[in-house]
Amino acid sequence: MNAALPLPLPTRKDEAWRYSDVEAAARIWSVDKPKRLVVAPGEALALALLQDADAGAAVVLDHVVEIGAGGTLAVHLLNLGGTLGRVTFDVTLARGAHFELKAALLGGEAQTLELVTTLRHAEPDATSDQRVRAIAAGRATTNYLGQIQVARGAQKTDAAQSFKAMLLDRTAAANAKPELEIFADDVKCAHGASVGELDRAALFYMASRGLPPARAKALLLEAFIAGLFDDMDDEAERARFHDAARSKLEALE
Amino acid sequence: MLTISNLHATVADKPILKGLSLTINAGEIHAIMGPNGAGKSTLAYTLGGRPGYEVTGGSATFEGADLLDMEPHERAAAGLFLGFQYPVEIPGVSNVQFLREALNSQRLGRGEEPLSAADFLRLAREKAGLLGMDMEMLKRPVNVGFSGGEKKRAEMVQMGILDPRLAILDETDSGLDIDALKTVGAGINTIMRASDKAVLLITHYQRLLDYVRPDFVHILADGRIVRSGGPELALALEREGYAEVIAA
Repeated sequence: MNAALPLPLPTRKDEAWRYSDVEAAARIWSVDKPKRLVVAPGEALALALLQDADAGAAVVLDHVVEIGAGGTLAVHLLNLGGTLGRVTFDVTLARGAHFELKAALLGGEAQTLELVTTLRHAEPDATSDQRVRAIAAGRATTNYLGQIQVARGAQKTDAAQSFKAMLLDRTAAANAKPELEIFADDVKCAHGASVGELDRAALFYMASRGLPPARAKALLLEAFIAGLFDDMDDEAERARFHDAARSKLEALE
Repeated sequence: MLTISNLHATVADKPILKGLSLTINAGEIHAIMGPNGAGKSTLAYTLGGRPGYEVTGGSATFEGADLLDMEPHERAAAGLFLGFQYPVEIPGVSNVQFLREALNSQRLGRGEEPLSAADFLRLAREKAGLLGMDMEMLKRPVNVGFSGGEKKRAEMVQMGILDPRLAILDETDSGLDIDALKTVGAGINTIMRASDKAVLLITHYQRLLDYVRPDFVHILADGRIVRSGGPELALALEREGYAEVIAA
């Protein structure tokens, strides 16, 4: 393949970069070409992605995915490293295909962690389910931009998307941008987004039973992302995700 | 065991406790009754150390130590248990995990060895049985989906597992039907009626006191104790109402 022209440096005027840390991105630009992933018709694939780059690094991981008829892709993403940790998925679903994404963005200090998904339900009967949880402490920013496009004629599409963020400090931020473009009339698209803080009543209740504040906080945060990675088939990989999440949460004190 | 002296406390800068004094000795069960707004729950939360409940005067000494100087989790490790009027739901955290961590945190604070998972489950099963609670309930998230009565039972199971020296029970009887009230009353007696333990029951009604006989009954009105007596005082309240008894 010929070397393509490098992608232009993004700015915040680009919709998909509006909440990002473009200065950090500029330091590493240009980025690698998107990773292409093709799921053959009827095939079931799993992808586990743990973004744990060193502090100070800027990481942009783009994915372009095509899921053939009746195929399935299940993605587990734990995004917690670098100054900028940006992961994107551009997914096209053929008839009866299924895309599943379970993701946690765990940020502290001045990190910007983001997930950008574009799902194209191009044909009828495809389903998708995206569950994203974000925890931000310090001056961290967590972003989820999730676009779902349902093409004309893609009847019986069933697309679900849920984003919940928890802010541990007043200086932390979470941005959510759910976007639905629906050109078919017999579809189900459910989406929800919420941003909250640690439940103070629960923290006192736990303390009154003897849990030190740091442990009570950690338990609530673990509960917030609980279940995201429980269905990972690869046991070693699952343990790696759980351990990485736990030590990151402990570091968010 | 607990000596409260001239305690003053505010909530959002509003004075609620206005010079409350009370002494509870080991082996005693005390009941505090009072009309709505008298400061009953504020007393419980202040002794538990809830943020937002500010002590502006007086003292509270628990087993010789300054209770008000301790963090809430240190009060628990010192042997204080607070039974909540509205137990809090904690989605995603099972009772078993929560209570085992809580108990072992307390034990660590007291310089004791942690309890193994097997020993903890044995203990939890025993205490759940005492309160007529199915062990399966304890595997579920803390208080999530529990009815009002189940939450109060669960509070008493927690008390049984944590085995405190002093239990302050805030309206533990509310939301209980008669059968549950009997079970909970029997549970309190079994767990807490001992020569080295004490209970402070905070209640609006006399009915729990039919099952957990108090040694002393106090009437709380406008932030201080206005009358003290024996169990007969609770009966007089039930008969004549707060206004009559407080005025008498």
